[in-house]
Amino acid sequence: MGPEGLIDALRARLGEAVEGVADSFGDPVLLIRPQDVRAVMSALREAPFDYAILLDLTCVDFAAAEGRFELVYHLYSLSRNVRLRLKASVPAERPSVETVAGLWKNAEWLEREAFDMFGVRFEGHPYLRRILTYEGFEGHPLRKSYPWRLEQPRVPLKDGS
Amino acid sequence: MSGFDFLATRFETALGWGRKFSLFHYPFITACCGMEYMSTACAHFDIDRFGAGLTRFSPRQADLLLVVGTISHKLAPVLRTVYDQMLEPKWVIAFGACTVSGGIYRNYAVVQGIDRIVPVDVYIPGCPPRPEMVLDGLLKLQDKIQHQKQDWRWARKA
Repeated sequence: MGPEGLIDALRARLGEAVEGVADSFGDPVLLIRPQDVRAVMSALREAPFDYAILLDLTCVDFAAAEGRFELVYHLYSLSRNVRLRLKASVPAERPSVETVAGLWKNAEWLEREAFDMFGVRFEGHPYLRRILTYEGFEGHPLRKSYPWRLEQPRVPLKDGS
Repeated sequence: MSGFDFLATRFETALGWGRKFSLFHYPFITACCGMEYMSTACAHFDIDRFGAGLTRFSPRQADLLLVVGTISHKLAPVLRTVYDQMLEPKWVIAFGACTVSGGIYRNYAVVQGIDRIVPVDVYIPGCPPRPEMVLDGLLKLQDKIQHQKQDWRWARKA
């Protein structure tokens, strides 16, 4: 399956879930509908696509300018030695998407990180709680709306030093 | 040894001399400054020459806390606990820009200088500081120890 054939095969398999196709330094990028994330990932996990590894799952904040968060998934196929990037836009006021934790085990922690940093809800996640920040931390620090100087100390701080 | 059979000194001076050359340090290492700490502690630069070679990995046995590397708010209670566990007399060195002021990090996660959590005796700037700077900081601390008012068991309290 060559690069062009791959795009066609993906379109044929995923149908209307694919909203657009782009190219990033030779690797294909798919823009997909947020409500189809789970179905798309499930299809890509199986043959013939066989994306066995979820390399990364993260989020980008476009809330201020465009009112949306963009979820970014990086997949890698061991058998075919190719990478694939998928993007799904979710509305900033209620960012929510279905979990892929059942497909790749590492998605559990990656989704917890995206939840911690951006406040994206991953529906169906087995234990969606903060992973990097600590108990009692309020807000989601990588959101553009988070005050960039706001610290939430856990011990009393001596100020003015 | 003729002509040098006895030595006269003040008790406080002797105590300070003893203390400054027998620093047991606890390395609280979190980040890249740790590499500079390692080269300082090992044979090339060798802090043992200055009497600070004995690393203790229990704060209860240490009297010099070396805070080496970025301290985040998540870690701050741990640092405070380690400091509280150390016995008097104790000293603290802030090793590297992150511990001095937060360094390049100005965000939600990083404590803007460990002197907001624990008292600091000597600040060593640099990102990371070279071992020579660390030794210089150590000498400055020794100078401070020598000249400070020594606290000891039967010391007359003001």
